[in-house]
Amino acid sequence: MEKSINITLKVWRQKDAKAKGAFETYKLDGISTDTSFLEMLDILNEKLITERKEPIAFDHDCREGICGMCSLYINGHPHGPDEDVTTCQLHMRKFKDGETITVEPWRLAAFPVIKDLMVNRNAYDQIIQAGGYVSINTGGVPDANAIAIPKPIADEAMDAAACIGCGACAAACKNGSAMLFVSAKVSQLALLPQGKIEAAARAKAMVAKMDELGFGNCTNTRACEAECPKSISISHIARLNREFLCAKIKD
Amino acid sequence: MNLFIVNSSIGRKLVMSITGICLILFLTFHMSMNLVALISPKGYNLVCEFLGANWYALVATIFLALGFIIHMAYAFLLFLQNKKARGNNAYAVSAKPKEVEWASQNMLVLGIVVAAFLLLHLYNFWAKMQLVELMHQLGVNVCGDALSKSADGAYHIAATFQDPIYVILYLVGLGALWFHLTHGFWSALQTIGFNNQLWFNRWKCIGTIYATIIVFGFAIVAIAYFVKSVCC
Repeated sequence: MEKSINITLKVWRQKDAKAKGAFETYKLDGISTDTSFLEMLDILNEKLITERKEPIAFDHDCREGICGMCSLYINGHPHGPDEDVTTCQLHMRKFKDGETITVEPWRLAAFPVIKDLMVNRNAYDQIIQAGGYVSINTGGVPDANAIAIPKPIADEAMDAAACIGCGACAAACKNGSAMLFVSAKVSQLALLPQGKIEAAARAKAMVAKMDELGFGNCTNTRACEAECPKSISISHIARLNREFLCAKIKD
Repeated sequence: MNLFIVNSSIGRKLVMSITGICLILFLTFHMSMNLVALISPKGYNLVCEFLGANWYALVATIFLALGFIIHMAYAFLLFLQNKKARGNNAYAVSAKPKEVEWASQNMLVLGIVVAAFLLLHLYNFWAKMQLVELMHQLGVNVCGDALSKSADGAYHIAATFQDPIYVILYLVGLGALWFHLTHGFWSALQTIGFNNQLWFNRWKCIGTIYATIIVFGFAIVAIAYFVKSVCC
């Protein structure tokens, strides 16, 4: 059953990294509740282009909720008011007719705005480069029972690996901490035999890079976990703390 | 080790966690000691005498003061660093997810209230008890009346809590302490790494019960002495 709504958008516009940004208000009428949030922005951009105005810059890629490219702080929530989905999977049926929707970029010292709603999330790539990998080639898929891994451990590693590195955790954190992201990346490898060998060195290197890039100190408020589109648990942060502290005490 | 307790975020959090746990243990001791004043004021005064200006009590006081100072100094350090990490632009609209406890986002403010309460408490009791004895031992002239009452804890409790304003101020301070502890307890264990999906809810539940017992133990003494002063 198709329904359409009229909405008012308050969108953050910023010419470039150095410019001072401000909100601009746009009215959109007759938006089908079946459109996704990004499709709605596409419609708005089409409108802006026909009016010979600058379209709104925002990040997006797969639009299937798995690439981690889309962002947007919508009505006070990273990836919007819907739970456990990325912005591209958010639909206009989550909004009411006549609602004013505020759209902001991630605001964080480590994620500077490039333009409008686009931010530079290169900091997360740098943290991965610092140690978020296994140094050896582990070959093709091994025989299922060649290396026995208990099911609960395999499950937990898989849950951690669901992290798409979108940056919602750090964007939602009142401390600007990237601990949920780093802990998911450390956990996913530390739990499995191929990754375990470098676990201590990895935890140290990734935490050092995270601190160097100016992310904040985690105070366990759980905003990251609540806003994560992939429901990554803060129990991974406990594991990261364990790995890191054990490694430091051993040194 | 390259001083990771200063240079790394997890190390700095470890300091908060360890000092916090030490302070929780101190509160447990202090609360148990206070309950003696309910059962027997005489017995309570014996405890006060034991914890006067003796060398072991003074050493413990110094460590305790260090615990408080480090915990507070790191709190401000972390707050400033986190403020910087947050950046200059605040969100125009920000919503608190329901899973986020109010206390967890206001630990600094709650801590400042608790610290103010601590100062009041030091003025009400410590300055009239251990400090008086210490000054006397150091040869400073203290009035004889103050010195004779320096180990009479029961007298000081009764004298303080006959005033309803102090009772209310103490209850407000204890309320802030309760909120601070409900988050602080499990957060400390999470930071050390003693946590997982199963234990998360357990620690949270244990922490809430523990904080409630501690705060209730403190509050009941103040209220009981106030009621006593009104009735008798």
